[in-house]
Amino acid sequence: MRPPTRDRIIETRALTKRFTSSKGLFGRSVSVSAVNDVSLDIRRGETFSIVGESGCGKSTLARLLVRLLPASEGAVLYEGNDISSLSEPEMRRLRKDLQFVFQDPFSSLNPRMTVGALIEEPMKVHTSLSRKERRLKVADLLTKVGLRAAFANRYPHEFSGGQRQRIGIARALASGPKVIVGDEPVSALDVSVQAQVINLLEDLKAEFDLTLVLIAHDLAVIRHMSDRIAVMYLGEIVELAPNDPLYDKPLHPYTQALMRAIPIASPHGRSMDVSLTGDVPSPLAPPSGCRFHPRCPHATSLCGTEKPALAEAADARMVACHHWEKIAENSQGSVREPPRSENAEKRFALFRERSQRQEPVTAATETQIKLSERSHNNA
Amino acid sequence: MSKAIDLNAAPVLSVENLALRFKGAPANIIDGISFAVRPGETLCIVGESGCGKSVTALSLMGLLPRSVAQVMSGTAMFGDHDLLELSQRAMADLRGNTISMIFQEPMTSLNPSYRIGDQIAEVVLRHKSVTRAEARQRALQMLDRVKIPAASSRLDDYPHELSGGMRQRVMIAMALANDPAVLIADEPTTALDVTIQAQIIDLIEELQKETGTALVMITHDLGVVAEIADRVCVMYAGHMVEDGPVEAIFDDPQHPYTIGLMSSVPSVGPRSGRLAAIGGMVPAIDNMPSGCRFTPRCPFAQTNCAVSQPPLDELGPSHRAACHYAPLETVFPEAVFQEAGS
Repeated sequence: MRPPTRDRIIETRALTKRFTSSKGLFGRSVSVSAVNDVSLDIRRGETFSIVGESGCGKSTLARLLVRLLPASEGAVLYEGNDISSLSEPEMRRLRKDLQFVFQDPFSSLNPRMTVGALIEEPMKVHTSLSRKERRLKVADLLTKVGLRAAFANRYPHEFSGGQRQRIGIARALASGPKVIVGDEPVSALDVSVQAQVINLLEDLKAEFDLTLVLIAHDLAVIRHMSDRIAVMYLGEIVELAPNDPLYDKPLHPYTQALMRAIPIASPHGRSMDVSLTGDVPSPLAPPSGCRFHPRCPHATSLCGTEKPALAEAADARMVACHHWEKIAENSQGSVREPPRSENAEKRFALFRERSQRQEPVTAATETQIKLSERSHNNA
Repeated sequence: MSKAIDLNAAPVLSVENLALRFKGAPANIIDGISFAVRPGETLCIVGESGCGKSVTALSLMGLLPRSVAQVMSGTAMFGDHDLLELSQRAMADLRGNTISMIFQEPMTSLNPSYRIGDQIAEVVLRHKSVTRAEARQRALQMLDRVKIPAASSRLDDYPHELSGGMRQRVMIAMALANDPAVLIADEPTTALDVTIQAQIIDLIEELQKETGTALVMITHDLGVVAEIADRVCVMYAGHMVEDGPVEAIFDDPQHPYTIGLMSSVPSVGPRSGRLAAIGGMVPAIDNMPSGCRFTPRCPFAQTNCAVSQPPLDELGPSHRAACHYAPLETVFPEAVFQEAGS
C-alpha cells in the first residue's frame, strides 16, 4: 500500500479545524475556523517550524498533526497513510512514532507519578521491554537529557522548569518516536536554560534521527533551529520557505512586518519598526478575501474580495499574496544584525571554549560513570 | 536613537547599596543594589527569573510589606525622600502620582469589574484636586495619548473587552496620568506578541520623550534592552554583576554572566553554530553560593571566587563589573589565540 521511499513524513491536505461555541442560553452557535485549509508537507529528518502570533492557530495545527485533536475537514497523512480515519487502537499504536512536548512543563507532568514512572509509562504501552530493561532505559534517557539517573525516584515538583522540560522530552523519547512535535518547548524557560534545552533538542534529533516540528513565536529561536518555516496568520499559512531565504527576504507583507518588529540585540541596530498597527482581527469574523488585508499597507480592492492561494514563488518558496512580486521588489523586511564588537566576539569565543571544556563534568556524565560502574559490578 | 538627556542633571531616583531579606531566609534576596536614573533616562535592569529584579522594583514602590521583606541596608533617594523610610501613608501619596509602575500581566493588574475610564480617573482623583468630570476628561485624554482608537467610546469598556496590547496601553495611560517623575515598568511587553511589543515600546519611548519621565525597565529580553536602554544593570542571584551605558554592555561585556547570557541568546542573523549555554541553573535562596554567586556556573571560576565576593570595579567610563578576572582575555589569554586561529 505504502508508496516506496518517500521523503515526506507528514502531509496535510486542506486541513481545517472548526471549534463551535454556543452563544448564550438559546443563542445560535458560532463557529471559528482556528485552522483553515492548510496544506503542507514535512520532510523526514528536517526541523519544520510554525510561527505566528497568539491566536493564529499554530498550536491547533500542531495538535492536528498528531491527532490530539480530530480534524473537521481535510486529511493528515503520516508516512502516506491518512491518520484521521484510523480507529483508536490503530491510532494508539501510531502514537509510538508521534510524540508531543508541551509548552508548560509544570502542568504537563502528572504530579503524583515519579519521574521514573512518567518516563516508563510510554514504554509499558508501546514496547515489550521487561521491567528491568525499562528501568535501565529510564536511567539511560535521564542521562541523555542531562539529568541524573537517581532522579527517577523523585517527583516533578522537585525540579526546576528547565529540568521538567527535560523530563518531558525524555518521556517523549521513551517510545522511540520518529516525529516529535514541540509546542513552544522552550518559551517558558529562562534564556540560559533555554539555550541548554535548544542544544539538547538538536543533539537528540541527530542521535535519534528525529523529525522535529516546532511551534514557536520567538523568531530568533526559530531562525536558529529550523530548516523550513511556515508563517501563520489567522488560521492560514501566508508564507512557507526555507530558513535563510525567509529571513533574508520575506515575501509576504505580514512576514515582513513580523521581521521588522523583532528587537535586535544590538544598540547599534535600533531598527525596530512599528509597521503593523492595530490588533489581529477576531477569528470569529475573519476579514473577507486575504485575512491580512485590513492591516496590510499594500492592500488593494482585490485583496478585500479575493483570497490569494498559497502559491509557488521562486526557490521552493510558497506565498499567499496577490502582490508579492511587486512588494518583493522593494522588500524592507530583511533582518540584519549589526556585527558584534571585537571585544564582545573575543569574550563570547572565550566563554564558549571554556564552557565546552567544562561540559564533560556535568551531571550527565556523572551518571554515565555510575551506570557503567553498576553494570561492571553486575557482571 | 539620540535622546536629550542632561548627563549633569541630578538623578530623580538614586538607589544606594540596597539589601533586602525575606523573613526567615538565610541570605539576602537582593544585596548591594545601586543605580540612579536621571530625567528622561532609561535604565534597564536585566536578569533571569529569581535574580531579584522584580523584588527591587516592588520594594521601591513600597509594595513589599516591611514585615516580610526587611531592609538590611541602603537608601533609595527620590527627591528629598528615602523611599525605604517612608510611612505607608506617605508612600501612598507618591505611588501613582510622582512614581508609578506598570506590570507584566495587564489583565491581572486591571480590576475586571470597573470600567477602564473609571480606573484611570481614580488615579487622578486620588492625587489631584479635580472634579469627577475633570478626572474623566483626563482619562479620555490619556487614552488618546496611548493611541487607543476611538478613545471616547472605549472609556466605558471593561478590561475583558480589550486585547492584551490595548490593556497594556490602558495600564500605561493609568501610570502616566499624573505625569510621574519615575516610571517603573516590570516586563511590560513580555506577555505580548512581537508586533504588539513593538507598538508598546514605541509608545513608551514616545511618551517618555514628551514628558521627560525617568524609566526603570525590568526585562529579561536583551533585544528590548538594546532597543530602549540608555544604561543597563545586569543582575544575577540578587547581586549586581555589571552596569554601564548600553553600548558598553553590548560592545564590551565584562562579567562572565553577561557574556554567557548574551551568547546563549539565538541571533536573528544567520546561524553561527551551537549556542553557548550557561550550565546548571540559578541557585535557590536557601543555597546561595558564597563569594561570587555565579561561581558554580562560571566557566572561568577559580578557587578564590567562592571565597570573596568581587567588588564592582570601574572598567570603563561609568562601566563597572563585579569579577575578579575582568577583562577575561588578559587572565585567560591562551584560549583567545586558539580561537582566533581557528
